[in-house]
Amino acid sequence: MTNKNALQPNNEPEKHPFIEFEGVTKVYGQGQGAMEALRGIDLRISKGEFVAIMGPSGSGKSTCMNILGCLDTPTSGTYRFRNVDVGRLTRNQRALLRRHYQGFVFQGYNLLNRTSALENVELPLIYRGTSGRERRDRALHALETVGLKGWETHTPGELSGGQQQRVAIARAIVTGPAILLADEPTGNLDTARSVEIMELLTSLNSDQGITIIMITHEPDMAAYARRIVHFRDGLVASDEPASP
Amino acid sequence: MLWNTILLSLRELRRNVMRSFLTILGIVIGVGAVITMVTIGGGATLQVKEQIASMGSNLLMVSPGKRFGPGQASGTILFKEADVEAIAKEVSSIAALAPVSSQSIQAIYGNQNWTTQVTGSDNQYFRVTNRSVKTGRQFSETELRSGAAVCVVGETVRKKLFGGQEALGEKIRLQKISCEVIGLLQGKGQSTMGMDQDDVVIIPLRTLQRRIAGNQDVNLIQVSVQQGASTDKAQRDIQQLMRERRHLSASEDDNFTVMDMKEIANMLTGTTQLLTALLSAVAAVSLLVGGIGIMNIMLVSVTERTREIGVRLAIGALERDVLLQFLVESVVLSSCGGLLGIAIALSASVWLAAMLRVPFVFNASIVVISFLFSGAIGVIFGYFPALKAARLDPIEALHHE
Ligand SMILES: Nc1ncnc2c1ncn2[C@@H]1O[C@H](COP(=O)(O)OP(=O)(O)OP(=O)(O)O)[C@@H](O)[C@H]1O
Ligand SMILES: [Mg+2]
Repeated sequence: MTNKNALQPNNEPEKHPFIEFEGVTKVYGQGQGAMEALRGIDLRISKGEFVAIMGPSGSGKSTCMNILGCLDTPTSGTYRFRNVDVGRLTRNQRALLRRHYQGFVFQGYNLLNRTSALENVELPLIYRGTSGRERRDRALHALETVGLKGWETHTPGELSGGQQQRVAIARAIVTGPAILLADEPTGNLDTARSVEIMELLTSLNSDQGITIIMITHEPDMAAYARRIVHFRDGLVASDEPASP
Repeated sequence: MLWNTILLSLRELRRNVMRSFLTILGIVIGVGAVITMVTIGGGATLQVKEQIASMGSNLLMVSPGKRFGPGQASGTILFKEADVEAIAKEVSSIAALAPVSSQSIQAIYGNQNWTTQVTGSDNQYFRVTNRSVKTGRQFSETELRSGAAVCVVGETVRKKLFGGQEALGEKIRLQKISCEVIGLLQGKGQSTMGMDQDDVVIIPLRTLQRRIAGNQDVNLIQVSVQQGASTDKAQRDIQQLMRERRHLSASEDDNFTVMDMKEIANMLTGTTQLLTALLSAVAAVSLLVGGIGIMNIMLVSVTERTREIGVRLAIGALERDVLLQFLVESVVLSSCGGLLGIAIALSASVWLAAMLRVPFVFNASIVVISFLFSGAIGVIFGYFPALKAARLDPIEALHHE
C-alpha cells in the first residue's frame, strides 16, 4: 500500500505486453525426485483479453496460474507483470501487486465461514485500508454486479454453490483489479450454474475491460473465452483464438 | 489500519463465541482472583490501621519479653509499679501513662454470666486509650489506693449481663469479689482483628493485683506521648531507662519491648499482607496457565484456519497484516478475559467485604495493572502462533484440507 511506486513499471506499460512469460520453468523438489512442472513457457497476454487455459491433469496449469498470481516465482526464466520482473520482488512486494492489480477466484470458492457475503466481499478493501462507508458501498456494488443484491447478510452456508462462487467473484472484483485469475471457477458447479458464471465473467470482460485468465477442463466453458491456450507436459501445446 | 485489524479479529471472535469464552476462562479466574485478594486484603489492612489510629497515634506500648522472640513464657521479668513511676518521673514529654494487667474472668450478675477481659489500671488508662466514661464516674484516688471493689463496664458486657436493666450501682461478681458498677464506657462499636474493644471490665490495678491475681505484677505499660513531642525520642528514653533499671550490660539484648503504634500496626497487618501476597501468587500462576491456554487455542486456530490464511494472503494481505490480525485476536481475547475478570472481582469484592465486615477499598492501580497484564499475556502468548500464521506459504495454505 505504501510503496506502490516501487512496483510501478519504469517504462510506459503500454509499450510492453501486460503479461509476459519468457522461458518460464518451475521445478519442484531437487535431485532424483525433482519434478519439472513447467518446462519453458513463452506467453504474452495483453490488457482486456479473455484467455482460457486447458490441458490434461498435471500439465502445469495451476503451477502457471500461481506464478501469474505472484503467489510463486519461476525457477528460471522471467515473468513480467506490467513490465515488472516479478521474480525479483520480495514476498511482500508480490503481495502488494496482488492487492492492487489482481483478483482471485478459486475452484473451492474459499469464502470465510460464518461470515456474511458482505463481510467476505469487504475483506480485500480492509487490507487496502478503504474505510467505513466507501468500503461498504463498494462491496454492495460488487455484490449487485454479480447479481446478489438482497443476499448481503447471508453466510456461505446459506448460499448455493453458484451463489458462493458469485460472492467469490464479487470479492475478486471489488478492488477494481486489472486482471482476474480463475482456477477452474466452474469445477464444482453443474452446467446451468457454470453457464451463469461464464456469462458473468464475459460481461465483466467486455463491460469493465477486466483481463481474465481462466483454467477450465470443459471445452464448453472455454468457448466463452476469446483465446484458448493448451498445456501439455509443462509446455504450451497450442495457442489460438476460440472458434466462434 | 489497526482499527480495521481489530475489526477483523472481533468478527473472528464473534464467529466462535463459546470457544472464545472457554479460552479466556483462565485469564478471567486469574485476574478475578488477584483483584479480589488485593481488594479484600487492602480493606482488612486499612481497617486495622484505622482502628489503631483511633486508639491514638502517639501511643507507646512497653511490654516485658524480647521483641518478637521466644521465651515469653518463662524467665520473662514482669514490670512492677515502681517501673511505671520511674518512667513517669524520668522521661519527659510523656502526656500520660497507664499500667495495665489483664485476665480473662467470668463476670456474673444474677443468673447471667459472661466471660470477659478484666483489666486493672488507673484513670490514666482512659486518657491513654482515648476512651471516656459515658455515664457514671471514673475511679477515685481512695478507690485506686485501697484497691476497692469497683468497676467500669464496657458496652458489650453491659448488654450481656444487664440487658435493658439499669447497671449503675449494681454489683457484679468477678471470682471472689463483688464489684460495684460505677461507670459505663463509651462504646467503640468496632473490633480490632476480631477482638471486640467493648468487651471489657476495668477495675483499679491494685484490686486486680491483690484480690484476683495475687501478685504485684504489671503486664503492660501504655504510654501516650505529648502532642508535638517526638515519639522516637520518648521510645529511646524509655528503652534507656528500662535497661538501666534492669542492669543490662551493653552486650545484652533488651528483655522488654517498646513499640510505637506504627510497629504494632505493621505487626498486625503483616499477617494480612503475607496472606494476600501468597494468595495473589497462586492467582498469578493461574494467569500464566490462562496465557498458555490462549497460546494453545491460537495454535489450534491457526491450523484450523490455514486455508483462510491462504485466502487472505492471496487477496492481498501482507505477512504483517496476518501477524497483526492474530496478535490482535489474542490480545483482544485476553483483554476481554481481563475485563470480565475485573467485573467479577469487583462484584465479588463488594459482596465479600460485606460478608467479612471489612471496608471495600477500590484499588485502581491493581485493576489497571491486571488489565495491562492480561493484555501483555495476549501479546506474549499470541506472538508465536501469529508468526506461524504469517509465515505460511499461500499456495500450500490454500491446498490445506
Ligand atoms: N507443491 C508441489 N510439489 C511437488 N510437485 C508439485 C507441486 N505442485 C504441483 N506439483 C506437480 O506439478 C505438476 C503440475 O501440477 P499442476 O497442479 O500445475 O497441474 P494442473 O495442470 O493444474 O492439474 P489439474 O488439472 O489436475 O489441476 C503435477 O505433476 C504435480 O504433481
Ligand atoms: Mg490445477
